[in-house]
Amino acid sequence: MNKFAYVDCKTVDETLAQLGPDATIKAGGIDLLDLMKDGIVAPPKLVNIRNVSSLRGITAAPDGLRIGPLSTLTEISVHPEVQLRYAALSDAAGHAATPQVRNMATLGGNIMQRPRCWYFRSTDFDCKKKGGTSQDCHAHEGENQYHAVINNGTCAMVHPSSTAVPLLAMNAEVELTSKRGKRTVPMSGFYVPPEKSLINETVVQPGEIITSIFVPAPEPGTRSAYQKYGEKESFDWPLADAGVVLVMAGQHCRQARVVLGVAAPTPMRATAAEAVLTGKTIDEATARAAAKAAMQEATPLSQNGYKTQLFQTAIYRTVLLAAGQMQRDPSAIG
Amino acid sequence: MADEHKSTFSRRGFLKGAGVAAATTAVESANALAREAQAAAQPDPTLGPGALPVKLRINGQDHAVTIEPRYTLAETLRNNVGLTGTKVVCDRGSCSACTVWLDNVPALACMTLAIDATGREITTIEGLATGDTMHQVQAAFVKHDALQCGFCTPGMIMSCAALLERNPNPRLADVKHAVSGNLCRCGTYPKVFAATLEVAQQRQQTAGLVGLTTGKEA
Ligand SMILES: Cc1cc2nc3c(=O)[nH]c(=O)nc-3n(C[C@H](O)[C@H](O)[C@H](O)COP(=O)(O)OP(=O)(O)OC[C@H]3O[C@@H](n4cnc5c(N)ncnc54)[C@H](O)[C@@H]3O)c2cc1C
Ligand code: FES
Ligand code: FES
Repeated sequence: MNKFAYVDCKTVDETLAQLGPDATIKAGGIDLLDLMKDGIVAPPKLVNIRNVSSLRGITAAPDGLRIGPLSTLTEISVHPEVQLRYAALSDAAGHAATPQVRNMATLGGNIMQRPRCWYFRSTDFDCKKKGGTSQDCHAHEGENQYHAVINNGTCAMVHPSSTAVPLLAMNAEVELTSKRGKRTVPMSGFYVPPEKSLINETVVQPGEIITSIFVPAPEPGTRSAYQKYGEKESFDWPLADAGVVLVMAGQHCRQARVVLGVAAPTPMRATAAEAVLTGKTIDEATARAAAKAAMQEATPLSQNGYKTQLFQTAIYRTVLLAAGQMQRDPSAIG
Repeated sequence: MADEHKSTFSRRGFLKGAGVAAATTAVESANALAREAQAAAQPDPTLGPGALPVKLRINGQDHAVTIEPRYTLAETLRNNVGLTGTKVVCDRGSCSACTVWLDNVPALACMTLAIDATGREITTIEGLATGDTMHQVQAAFVKHDALQCGFCTPGMIMSCAALLERNPNPRLADVKHAVSGNLCRCGTYPKVFAATLEVAQQRQQTAGLVGLTTGKEA
């Protein structure tokens, strides 16, 4: 790891005062240390926000859930109100990574983590995302079994955050604070696709800090679920994950939001699947049709065609789980 | 050495930059000035990048070490404090061999900066035994032969012992879940489960006996 100066902050104001051009925020430190150990980033100064107490805590109010960005994945997964009314979020937080990582990793850091693409994570490749000069995305002609199957033409990376999937499905909002003040960004506008910027994965600007994540209260009749599929039963990023929010009247679906993680470079709404489900009675046939519709736009690479099938399974089973027609899939991770 | 590096990150130099960036409206520059004045009154809080003295509370004892901010807790425990029970295998957060407790919660020493552990109770595998008497989970691991090469074992025991602290009556699924991040290449998992469940059972029985002798309900 590179040498760095370190400042421990206790308040948001102190943090903002420290966020100069040389500074990088450190929360749980899991992704940051990983990148530093691999030499992908070498920040001269770390600003530790782990002790900023105002950024902790989960508050459930009638209008929704306010989550301090320092809440750990463990805290989110065991919170009774999150389990009860925001099940997909508690499931995503509880099935990411390992128990030890979940005890340390914060929600803010989780949605800000960098892609796992091995060309990005290796100093041996001058990938465009790191400002390299290579013309094409190395994954296009190289090893691409874990890469994007949708919208993968510019860069085939996938954003790895599990919690971003339910947050997008639940129309969450991220509050960003800088010296200039506060602004709120919906999850739908939080991630930046590679065709807009190859370098930045999110709209968070230098000098800005996530100060809150707000999840609006679900309408009556809302049910949600999240499932993640991977190579191992634990401690791995997903190969396919799906978050589903259904507003139901009996078995009739009034509204559906289906979000896929690690399908495209950024977490995406599967609007084709949502269209199939909306206004229908949810059963195995509609769930299957929705799953199929979601993968119509897939353009798999040489080694990741299997992901289109895995996503169909993930969507089909997660829709039925959300509708209360299936138990949690024992072959899903966790 | 510390001072030499510090000079490149002087608070004054930094605040100059911050002041310029924020001076877009009168209100903002007033705020920036207020902050600057407040900051000037306080000592520079920047630590490192050179080595600095850090106090760590490990297994109930205070330890003074001199480390750079970039030293991980795992490195510091092993190289500076001499507690080599904590193993480092992947050094990337993916095997849990380096599991210690921070304020009694299992955490990864390889992904924790030692400087971040100041003010927290650090418990390592060396802190479980009482003198020469092994912790019950350690003894059960020996009895069940729950280790082969032993490299994952300290981390595995830290995970299992923490589970029993928060859940005295675990089911097999709870034990599996507790060690789901602990990678054992030798495949000792069945014995790890048996050892941990046996300790839980022993503790229940002891609690039952204590309950009987003191006349309380178990
Ligand atoms: C073995 C393993 C398996 C994993 N599996 C999964 C998985 O299945 N799913 C998943 O989602 N993740 C997984 N992860 C990743 C892990 O969850 C993330 O690394 C972690 O959530 C990052 O959070 P942190 O608090 O440690 O962030 P940090 O490393 O502290 O920060 C990450 C980034 O976010 C920025 N940042 C942090 N907080 C803020 C803030 N409040 N405002 C602005 N910027 C901020 C930092 O500057 C940094 O760039 C896994 C990790 C490991 C090691
Ligand atoms: S050595 Fe820390 S997790 Fe592998
Ligand atoms: S005993 Fe060898 S790795 Fe677990």
